Amino acid sequence: MGLFLFLLKRIMGLVPTFFGITLISFLVMHLAPGEPMSLQANFNPKMTPEMRQRLRAQYGLDKPLYVQYAKWLKGLVHLDLGRSFSPDRRKVWDKIKERLPVTILINVLSMALILVISIPLGVKAAVRQNSLFDQVTTVLVFLAYAAPAFWLALLLMLFFGIELNLLPVSGLHSLMGYEQMGALEKIWDWTRHLILPVFVSAIGGLAGFSRYTRSSMLEVLRQDYITTARAKGLPERAVIYRHALRNALLPLITILGLSIPGLIGGSVIFESIFAIPGVGQLMWSAVMARDYPVLMGNLVIVSILTLLGNLLADIGYAAVDPRIRTGIQSEE
Amino acid sequence: MLRIHQRSFLSVAFLFVSLLVCTKAFGKAPSRQMPAYGDAIVVGSIGDASTLIPMLATDATSHEIAGLIYNGLVKYDKDLNLVGDLAKSWEIKQGGKEIIFHLRKGVRWQDGVEFTSKDVLFGFKTITNPKTPTAYAGDFMEVEKAQAPDPYTFRVIYKEPFAPALSSWGDIVVLPEHLLKGKDITKSPLARHPVGLGPYKFRLWKTQERIELDANPDYFDGRPYLDRYIMRIIPDPATMFMELKAGGLDWMGLSPVQYKRQTDTPFFRKNFRKYKYLSFSYTYLGYNLRHPLFKDKRVRQAISYAIDKEEIIRGVLLGLGVVATGPYKPDAWFYNPNVRRYPYDPQKAKALLAQCGWKDTDGDGILDKDGRPFSFTVLTNQGNSLRDKTAQIIQYRLKQVGIEMKIRQLEWTAFINDFIDKRRFEAVILGWTLGQDPDIYDIWHSSKTGPKQLNFIGYKNKEVDRLLVMGRRTFDRKRRKKIYFKIQEILAEDQPYTFLYVPMSLPIIHARFRGIKPAPAGISYNFIRWWVPKNEQKYILP
Repeated sequence: MGLFLFLLKRIMGLVPTFFGITLISFLVMHLAPGEPMSLQANFNPKMTPEMRQRLRAQYGLDKPLYVQYAKWLKGLVHLDLGRSFSPDRRKVWDKIKERLPVTILINVLSMALILVISIPLGVKAAVRQNSLFDQVTTVLVFLAYAAPAFWLALLLMLFFGIELNLLPVSGLHSLMGYEQMGALEKIWDWTRHLILPVFVSAIGGLAGFSRYTRSSMLEVLRQDYITTARAKGLPERAVIYRHALRNALLPLITILGLSIPGLIGGSVIFESIFAIPGVGQLMWSAVMARDYPVLMGNLVIVSILTLLGNLLADIGYAAVDPRIRTGIQSEE
Repeated sequence: MLRIHQRSFLSVAFLFVSLLVCTKAFGKAPSRQMPAYGDAIVVGSIGDASTLIPMLATDATSHEIAGLIYNGLVKYDKDLNLVGDLAKSWEIKQGGKEIIFHLRKGVRWQDGVEFTSKDVLFGFKTITNPKTPTAYAGDFMEVEKAQAPDPYTFRVIYKEPFAPALSSWGDIVVLPEHLLKGKDITKSPLARHPVGLGPYKFRLWKTQERIELDANPDYFDGRPYLDRYIMRIIPDPATMFMELKAGGLDWMGLSPVQYKRQTDTPFFRKNFRKYKYLSFSYTYLGYNLRHPLFKDKRVRQAISYAIDKEEIIRGVLLGLGVVATGPYKPDAWFYNPNVRRYPYDPQKAKALLAQCGWKDTDGDGILDKDGRPFSFTVLTNQGNSLRDKTAQIIQYRLKQVGIEMKIRQLEWTAFINDFIDKRRFEAVILGWTLGQDPDIYDIWHSSKTGPKQLNFIGYKNKEVDRLLVMGRRTFDRKRRKKIYFKIQEILAEDQPYTFLYVPMSLPIIHARFRGIKPAPAGISYNFIRWWVPKNEQKYILP
């Protein structure tokens, strides 16, 4: 019952936050110089002033800002994100929908890769604090964090794609004969194409997660119950992985929750480099073209996911850690 | 079609197909290999198409694809002469006020329905319909009446003779009436699944990934040799180049560095052919003529003398370009080679500036007059490294004659809206994309200096105004040539811009493709006659 009330309160709190986000985004977006027709109309001698006015009217840009926002909000309530301002005039949801799967796939894979590598790394580094291993991995993950993604991507392409000719340079699947492949071949084809993008998008995230794991693990290892566990004569393995790690992972739940919006956000940089048709590129070109409906559509999805991610993190935390629910703090 | 270009897009906007070349290819040289059918070509593009209904699209990629699917009544041949396409012939009457097109018979849309003059009339009605969000209605607003008296005749009557009229009846205005009538064109499925009557048929379009076209076996001008055309969208130029190296691309546009250095290897010499021809564009330094600094034409001439244009071409384009002397490229029929030129001459520049009263009285190395130094800011758009480098070279040269030039780079949309449109600039470095017609009324006529209009530098010259109007009313090529020669002379004297350079288009194409013949129109005009010998074909299609 307590948990239910807690949830209800949280969700009620999210609604005004959400509308606040949309209002502010809408205003800020319109503050940027230029208008959606800019790309079509600027410097085009065939564009007469009358036509410009007509286009503005078609897009509803001749109305005051609050009317535009109200209209957009009305659409949103009916789950209608409107139509893009770009020449194709497609529905915003259709444009986002066709790009979501690949973005989610790559981000989930890269998140998984990050967790699989960085958690053991962080644990090892904490257990052997200040050892050579700790120092070397620290330097390495920070190097990976600092390396520009585009540069790394190009080097990898050059090496694996051209020198060794092992992996495809860009794209999602083979150009020819993809339709004729069997299911297994298709999966293999996809895998080959995804190795580099997933690797490049994961490598920058290693530093953060392994450092979080390490510091959280260090804190747990100092606790009395770890000393108790060791005093009981448990093997070191059990102490670290069963007793310490479980508790050390708690803060990571929050961080995971916060990375949910990133899963669909996509990244302009690696999507452009690897020619992957993802959400990041869509957002980027929408910003450049001042395609307001597409931008707002994307913002709605990202902000819902951010709020949801926060909520899930809270719930997850509350579920696994009774201290959050009951308010009891452990003593220093 | 004139448009300012923001980025250097790959390749040309339209692909024109030449009848002439086709008959030649069949007729001659039996000793040579006979062209073979088959294979596919994979083309790289930085941007995705937006819509495949030509009159709604404004980007180069959309027009490139749509140009292979749709045809117009007329087209430009390899030497940039206007020739018939869907129109077999045409008559010009009433001193240019009336044009009658005689259409080909038996041409079919790719869904089997016959093409008639009604489709042209429908396209015309659509493009002039206020509800159609098109950027190309301007030329068609000059039309007083359009008629389709019989299925194979199309007649237009203009309010006044309008020379660019003929060329406006290209592929933008021909639409399948049977698929679009009574429907909202902005919501038509044709935007993503076009049905045309051109050499290629639409196959698939994966957003931001690739567009595939198949040869149209029933094309009225003969089936294209290459079975398939694939455009891959690769936004990053470095990745695109690696794809080319890895064999994932057959055709892309190179940058000067890639052309000169990175492709100068045995691998590329063996597997690829490089081409170069003057692109349909030029880059210029434009002055805000309302600004007191630039009111005197001697000052503008002095700056033109102070800039070493050859040096810019060597440094920025690695020699792959030519000096621009006016608003046209040197291989156009209306280009006047004998206008006043401004070779690099800092002494003359200094002398001209001194004549106008600009002297370095306080010895700080910068000229001054009435206590104010000769200093201005040049604006250019962000992310165009060629323009950035050009600005830096100009900055260096102007400093030597005592002019301080600052450089500021701006994001494109903000640049146009906050600076160009509001006339808040002193000088700019920008470029124009050129059309095949010499008409430049919109850029130079004094009536076009209003807000959002293209004569944003505020150039006003009565003689040029008169000539520009005359050029639009004259159909005779010789007389037109004279008119535009005169305009070029005046512009060269006035130097409202310092015309800098015409860059080259630098396509690279895999060596297995035969039949590519560079011409003033570029290389893609005879694309449907490109072919690959059977034993060299790479992609075998079912």
